[in-house]
Amino acid sequence: MSGAIRMTYREACRQAIREAVLADPRVFLMGEDVGRYGGCYAVTKGLSAELGEDRILDTPLSESAFVGAGIGAAMAGMRPIVEVMTCNFSLLALDQILNNAATIPHMSGGQFAVPIVLRMATGAGRQLAAQHSHSLEGWFAHIPGLRILAPATVADARFMLAPALADPNPVLIFEHVMLYNMEGEIPAGLAGVDIAHAAVRRPGRDVTLVTYGGSLFKTLAAAEALAAEGIEAEVIDLRVLRPLDTAAIMASVARTRRVVIVDEGWRSGSLSAEIAMRIVEEAFFELDAPIRRVCSREVPIPYAAHLEQAALPQPEAIAAAARGLVRPA
Amino acid sequence: MTAKVHLGRPEGLALLRDMLRIRRFEEACVALYQAEKIRGFLHLYDGEEAVSVGVMRALGPEDGIAATYREHGQAIARGIPMRPLMAEMLGKQEGCCRGRGGSMHIFDRATRFYGGNAIVGGGLPLALGVALADRMQGRKGVTACFFGEGAVDEGEFHETMNLASLWRLPVLFVCENNRYSMGTALERAEAETAIFRKAEGYRVSAEAVDGMDVVSVAVAARRAVERIRETGAPHFLECLTYRFRAHSMFDAQLYRNKEEVVAWRERDPIRRLRAWLEQAGYLHPDDMTRMEAEVDAEVADAIAFAEAGTLEPVENLERFVTMDEVPS
Repeated sequence: MSGAIRMTYREACRQAIREAVLADPRVFLMGEDVGRYGGCYAVTKGLSAELGEDRILDTPLSESAFVGAGIGAAMAGMRPIVEVMTCNFSLLALDQILNNAATIPHMSGGQFAVPIVLRMATGAGRQLAAQHSHSLEGWFAHIPGLRILAPATVADARFMLAPALADPNPVLIFEHVMLYNMEGEIPAGLAGVDIAHAAVRRPGRDVTLVTYGGSLFKTLAAAEALAAEGIEAEVIDLRVLRPLDTAAIMASVARTRRVVIVDEGWRSGSLSAEIAMRIVEEAFFELDAPIRRVCSREVPIPYAAHLEQAALPQPEAIAAAARGLVRPA
Repeated sequence: MTAKVHLGRPEGLALLRDMLRIRRFEEACVALYQAEKIRGFLHLYDGEEAVSVGVMRALGPEDGIAATYREHGQAIARGIPMRPLMAEMLGKQEGCCRGRGGSMHIFDRATRFYGGNAIVGGGLPLALGVALADRMQGRKGVTACFFGEGAVDEGEFHETMNLASLWRLPVLFVCENNRYSMGTALERAEAETAIFRKAEGYRVSAEAVDGMDVVSVAVAARRAVERIRETGAPHFLECLTYRFRAHSMFDAQLYRNKEEVVAWRERDPIRRLRAWLEQAGYLHPDDMTRMEAEVDAEVADAIAFAEAGTLEPVENLERFVTMDEVPS
């Protein structure tokens, strides 16, 4: 396509931050090693030198204090972007995220909004073992008051930040670690995206594959394999994990009548469970087959490559689950 | 009473009146609790009035407050009107938080009161952020951050001290050291019982004052706020105080003896200031009677307002879970 721009997911994140800081004096970024070091995943490389240390703030290893400071600054008129190095570390700031950011607008009777954006890396695949590899976005999607985003494409990585900053509510953006090096195209003329709707990434008539984030490309690979067998899978990229775009899911289910949910989170008490239950509640009689799920195995993500990969959703398992619904043995 | 202080009649009466307003407001809250019109937790400030009254006198409208869950006194001293406060206590939609917060979660945008926070230590990082926002937006505000001595056991306290000092943020940290974190005595929880020393470890200038003496608190706070405005750097004020009543309405106080409470009551900050003002000739015999009548009338008016208040329709339950816009 002429005019399309090719870049990595990392570069898309970087451009989004740069643009946001330049566009609004109330916007600043803070987090561990976001400045001089350039970001743990090199997302913010060069930004401190270009934009200044008063707009790109290096913090000590004090997740609770700097996330809480972001919340306070948001309540007092700023539009902070706070980077938490990985969602595994966000647990050190969970008090601030849940008890303050998600709670204060309601608890104050609407006197204060908390327009903060929290970015964090999520997911496995880099052999970082159990304390750096979990997918906790489903936990945060449990919490009223938060908007949870999972950009899977380069275009979403590039354009979700601006509407997230414009949102008067706290927004958490989960960036899957395996996507940073991925290259993709931003279509010519695309200047923005919404943060309300799911997207159909591949249309199909036989089965719906619902997924998001790092699992999108595994799911698309599974759909390609299924196509070779004559099964046309529709792939839904949720994009927004809270509030869920249930209308998009139900519309697809009504077309295909079969669903597989693919989620790198654990299965028990999960986002995949929530999606399945909503389908049961809202579209039970549209279904021609039971709902299937492909999730991470219920283990702490291990270090060794073969064990790590065995713990994660894979295209073969996704295809097998879909095949089992369309052509039961 | 600090001899060096030149405390005039108007200032002395204002301090006395604010402490009395807090005391009488809370006495009314106890009665309303016993009448089962206030429910949930009710943490009384009885005995600690000198701390917030002294500190708030040093602040102006441009300054921010991060409060605790024992914050009725902080709210009244800050100037939040009693009517919406009492309506909040009764869970009415005329309350400052429309009945969603209650006793532990008083917020008031108009006075930059960033909330009663019931996670001990949870308000400290917020205060950092308010101070950071003020500095970034070129405002001269000082953020006063209240917390009890129990908060210094939390990691958030230490993270906050370090960041406030490292970034030189204009925060006045006010530690209300009432010697008990719920039922655990200071010496049973702290390796270092001189709390202000902990702040010094982060290179935050720090001092302890007699928190039962409103003039001492006011003088220290004024000096601290002036210095913060001048230098931008934080300051730590440990106020040594005592709560005369139980931790909450569910506390049988098995952890302290009655003699100790009686001894501290001898230092009642209201009685103390009153005696000093009388001695100095500033408090005339009918002043006190008039002041009490006025305060009682204000409290009665707040109760009448709250009692006449209405309940938020249940259809509005989810209102403000997410906001449609940022209030300005």
